Amino acid sequence: MKFKKFLYSQKTAPYVFVLPFILSFVIFWIYPLVTAILMSFQDIGAITTEWVGFSNYGKLLKDRVFHTAMINSFEYTVFTCALLIPFPLLYAVLMDSRLVKAKGVWKAILYMPALTSVVISGTLFRLMFTEYKTGQMNMLLALIGMAPVKWLKNKWTGEFALLVLCCWRWTGVNMLYFLSGLKSIGTEIYESADIDGATSWQKFRYLTWPLIKPTSIYVLTISIYAGLAMFLESFMLWAGNDSPHNIGLTIVGYLYKRGIQKDDLGYACTVGVVLMVIALIINFIQLAWNGTLKKEES
Amino acid sequence: MAETLSVKKKDGGWHARMNVLTVISTAFFACLSIIIAFPLFAGLIASFRPGRELIRRGLSINLDLSTMNLNNYNYLFSGNADSKKYWMWFKNSMVLTIMTTVLTLLICYFVAYGITMYNFRLQGVIFTLVIATMMVPFEILMLPLYKEVINLHLIDSIWGVMLPGLCGASTIFFFRQYMTSLPKELLDAGRIDGCTEYGISVKIMLPITKPAFAAMAILCAMGAWNNMLWPLMVFRSASKFTLTIGLNTLLTPYGNNYDMLIAGSMLAVLPILIIFLMFQSYLIDGMTAGAVKG
Repeated sequence: MKFKKFLYSQKTAPYVFVLPFILSFVIFWIYPLVTAILMSFQDIGAITTEWVGFSNYGKLLKDRVFHTAMINSFEYTVFTCALLIPFPLLYAVLMDSRLVKAKGVWKAILYMPALTSVVISGTLFRLMFTEYKTGQMNMLLALIGMAPVKWLKNKWTGEFALLVLCCWRWTGVNMLYFLSGLKSIGTEIYESADIDGATSWQKFRYLTWPLIKPTSIYVLTISIYAGLAMFLESFMLWAGNDSPHNIGLTIVGYLYKRGIQKDDLGYACTVGVVLMVIALIINFIQLAWNGTLKKEES
Repeated sequence: MAETLSVKKKDGGWHARMNVLTVISTAFFACLSIIIAFPLFAGLIASFRPGRELIRRGLSINLDLSTMNLNNYNYLFSGNADSKKYWMWFKNSMVLTIMTTVLTLLICYFVAYGITMYNFRLQGVIFTLVIATMMVPFEILMLPLYKEVINLHLIDSIWGVMLPGLCGASTIFFFRQYMTSLPKELLDAGRIDGCTEYGISVKIMLPITKPAFAAMAILCAMGAWNNMLWPLMVFRSASKFTLTIGLNTLLTPYGNNYDMLIAGSMLAVLPILIIFLMFQSYLIDGMTAGAVKG
C-alpha cells in the first residue's frame, strides 16, 4: 500500500514517465558510445581481444582508403550544403509569395522523392546514369551532341550522379523547412516595409534573411550531419560498397566495410570515433555561432 | 481627382506585371515538378516492360503501349515461390512499421509528458540528454549496438530492430514542443476529480495531443517503412526480411530478377504514398516542428 502511494505521488510520477528514456539512453546510447570509444583502442579478433593503445588511430592516419573516404564525404557535404540551402530557400520564398498557383500540388510532388526508400531511388538513378547510350543522362548528352559518358566509373561524373540523387531526394524536404520558417514570420512586418517603400530585394535582405536564420542554421546542421554520415545513397547507386577506385566510398561506407564486411570491429570503431569527433566539432562551432548571434540580438 | 487617377493607373500596371510573374513562377514550379517526378514516372513505365530491358537499355521512357504489359505485376500476384517471398517481405514491413510506430509514439508521448508537465529536479538534465542523443549520428553507434544486440540475443528478431530506436529524440522533442502550449491547469482539474497522475496522462492529456500524434505517426511510419541500414544488419534469416532488404537481395549482377525488382519497387512506394496524400498537412506540421524554434 505504501509502495502504491509512493508510485502514485506527484513527486514520483515524472520519473516513472521518463524512465523508458533513461533506460534507452543508458542501454542504447551511453553503453554503445562508450563501447565504441573503448573498441577503438582494441584489436578485436575472432577469439581474443587485445588492447593496442593508439595504434588503430596511427594506422588510420596512414590509411589511403580512409583518406579517399574522408575526401569523398567532405566534398559531398560541402556540395550538398551549397545546393540544398540556397535553392530550396529560393523556392520557398517563391512558394510563400502570392505569385504561385496550385501550391499544394507542387509541394506534394516536390516532397514525393523523400517517400521512396534508398533501394528504390538508388536503383532508379543507377539505371538513369547507365553508361549505355539509351540511358536518360546519355540521351540528354546526345541532344547537345556529346558522346555517352560512363557516369559511374569516373570520379566527377560519379559524384555528379550522387549529388543529383541527393538533390532529388531532399530539395522538397528542405523547401518545406524554409516554408514553415517563412510562415512563422507573419505578414505585418512586410506590410510595414511596403509602407516604407522597401524593394523586394531589400525586404529579402533585411527582413526575410535575418528572420529565417534559425531555420537556415537548422537546415545547415541537418545537412552537414546527413552529408558526413551519408552511406546508403552511394551503396545503392553503385549496387554495393565497391565502386571503381572507391569513388563512391564514404566514411560510414568504410566503417561498414571494415566492421561488417571484414569483421574488424576495433578498426571500424576508430573510424566511427573520428567521425563523431568531427561531427561534435562542427556542432560546437555551430552552437557558438548561433549563441553569439542570440546575444547580439538581446 | 488627379491623384486617384494616377493611383489607378499604377495599380493597373502592377496587376499586369503580377500576372506575368504569376505565370512564370507557376510554370517554373510545374517544370521543377516534372523533373522531380520524372524518375518515378520512368520507373513506373519501366515496370510494364520485361526487366532484362532495364539491364540492356537503362531506364527508358518509351511510351509505346504495344510493348507494355502487366506481366511483372501478374508475376508478383501469381502465387509462385517468388511472389510468396515478395508478399512475405511486404507483410514483414507492415508488421515492423505498425509496431514501431505505435510503440514509439506511446513511449515518446509519455516521456515528453513527464518532461513537460512536471517540475522536478532532473527535468533540465533529462531534456539536455534528449538533445544530446540527437547530436551523434546513428551510424557511429551502429557497430557497438550490433555487438550489443548479439549479446542480448536480439539478433535476427524484430525487437533487435525496434528497441534501440523507440525513444526517438526528435519525436520526444516534437511532443514536448506541442505540449508546452497545452494548459497545465487541466492536470489540477483532473487531480481534483480524483484521477491518478497516470490516469490524467491517458484520459485527459492524450486526447488533446491527437494532432501531434497524427503528425508523428506519419513521419515515424515513413522512417520505419523505408529503414534499411539497421534492419540489414539485424535480420539474418530470409523469412524475416523487410521490403527494403528483400528488394536489395534482388540486385544481383546477373540482373535475372529485375522483373520482380522494378514492379516490386513501385508497389512498395504505394502504401506510404497513400498515407502521405491522405495526411499531407499533418506531416508538414510534424517535420517542421524543429526548424522554427531551432
